[in-house]
Amino acid sequence: MKRAPTFTAAGLVFRRDLMLAWRRWDEVAQPLIFYVVVTTLFPLATTPDLSQLREISGGVVWVAALLASLLALESLFRSDVEDGTMEQWVLSGQPLGWLLLAKVASHWVLTGLPLVIVSPVVGTALGLPFDAWGTLVLSLLLGTATLSVLGGIGAALTVGVRRGSVLLSLLVLPLAMPLLIFGSRSVGMVMDGDSPAGPLQLLAAIFFLTLSLGPVAMSAAIRISVEN
Amino acid sequence: MDLQEFLRMGGYGGYVWSAYGLTLLVLLLNWRAALRHEAQEQLNARRRSSTD
Amino acid sequence: MWLWIHKFGSPPHAYRLLGKLAPWFGWSSVVLIAVAAYWGLVLAPRDYQQGDAFRILYVHAPTAWMSMFIYVAMAVAAGIGMIWRIKLAHAAAAACAPIGASFTFLALATGSIWGKPMWGTWWVWDARLTSELILLFLYLGYMALRSSFDDPQRADRASAVLALVGVINVPIIHYSVEWWTTLHQPASVTKFDKPSIALEMLYPLFLMIIGLQLYFGWAISRRLRGEILRRERNAKWLQEAA
Repeated sequence: MKRAPTFTAAGLVFRRDLMLAWRRWDEVAQPLIFYVVVTTLFPLATTPDLSQLREISGGVVWVAALLASLLALESLFRSDVEDGTMEQWVLSGQPLGWLLLAKVASHWVLTGLPLVIVSPVVGTALGLPFDAWGTLVLSLLLGTATLSVLGGIGAALTVGVRRGSVLLSLLVLPLAMPLLIFGSRSVGMVMDGDSPAGPLQLLAAIFFLTLSLGPVAMSAAIRISVEN
Repeated sequence: MDLQEFLRMGGYGGYVWSAYGLTLLVLLLNWRAALRHEAQEQLNARRRSSTD
Repeated sequence: MWLWIHKFGSPPHAYRLLGKLAPWFGWSSVVLIAVAAYWGLVLAPRDYQQGDAFRILYVHAPTAWMSMFIYVAMAVAAGIGMIWRIKLAHAAAAACAPIGASFTFLALATGSIWGKPMWGTWWVWDARLTSELILLFLYLGYMALRSSFDDPQRADRASAVLALVGVINVPIIHYSVEWWTTLHQPASVTKFDKPSIALEMLYPLFLMIIGLQLYFGWAISRRLRGEILRRERNAKWLQEAA
């Protein structure tokens, strides 16, 4: 039987995940709702004064996005490993990294992208000025995409581990800290009137580095988790 | 050098000695932990080979 | 030489060799650490600006060095274990983690203790401190991942992936110090410039590093022996050894 070209296979994975999610849209909505709720916690816990909240708005939006993404990542590979689909992929002869990347990409479209789209609204609720919207969105685009790949590595390592979600966070958060630092710094800088180019370029560099090496780590991790 | 002066460390005694003391403590704890780890695994290995 | 390496790669030989090496590492490390400490506390002159508080350098810098060195060693061992499927390498990586984490903790703690009298604060979120803290989390995550698997083989391989992924952070950690000063004005924290320290003041530093390296050698020898035993299922040589 002739093997399908990798691009087609990856494309099929991507579409299939999107279609599956369509039927279980509450799973998609939950991280988004969590995101909004968490950002609400900060003005409740600190101060309702917008001029003060403004100072930390970039950081709060970023932390909330980080946590919401982590929540969503836990189930990234679980159902496919449990029902044996993953084993088929490993044996399929297709480069595993591409298939996993397609899965991560669809996951990001469903969970990361909504966060990014909603972020200006959430940021404004915390006093974020309009001029910072562009930087916020751009930094989160890069950040959530990178996080999806990093989270994919963590999810692949912890799939099947009892109470894996806490472990997943413990593994992914240290790796995500540079993202958080540069991401919120970029927003802070644009609010101060400086150019955010520096941190944004770093975010982009980290993204491309993760994108190129991530699938390798993910497929190694999946193979370890799937073989018996 | 006078012992009192030495312990005082020019006024920074508390800091210097807690830093060195903490270092010594952690080194000792690791020393003990490494020995215990080895001994525990030796015990386990003995148990495993005696039940084979 | 290849024969020697091949021999060493076999667990029974490694077990015996490490058993013989350990006391040498151990005693020499005790001597060197003691000498370095004495040198740093007594013989080295007081610093012009920092007075006697400066002596904390002699435990802070070496432990920080060790924390990074051990992580890289751990990642290299894990990589060797994955690529050439050498159990002993995985065992070595496992043995490194608790020691590396301890040194990272010490680097952070001694740094914090030094910071209070010198710079007026126990902690500051600058690049160096933050990245050292991240290193501690990486160690802890590694150990947590290891312990979540019952099967030692899976534990080895999964944690190897993690160690290798994390090591990419290490050069980022080091370079971020330069990036940070271009992104953000440095706060009140300024680190002394290394070249401006007199060479005589650096001797205890080097001695302490060597002493700690030997200590690491001793601890690895002991832990690695334990890890070898844990992974060995073949009872025969175990009965002779244990």
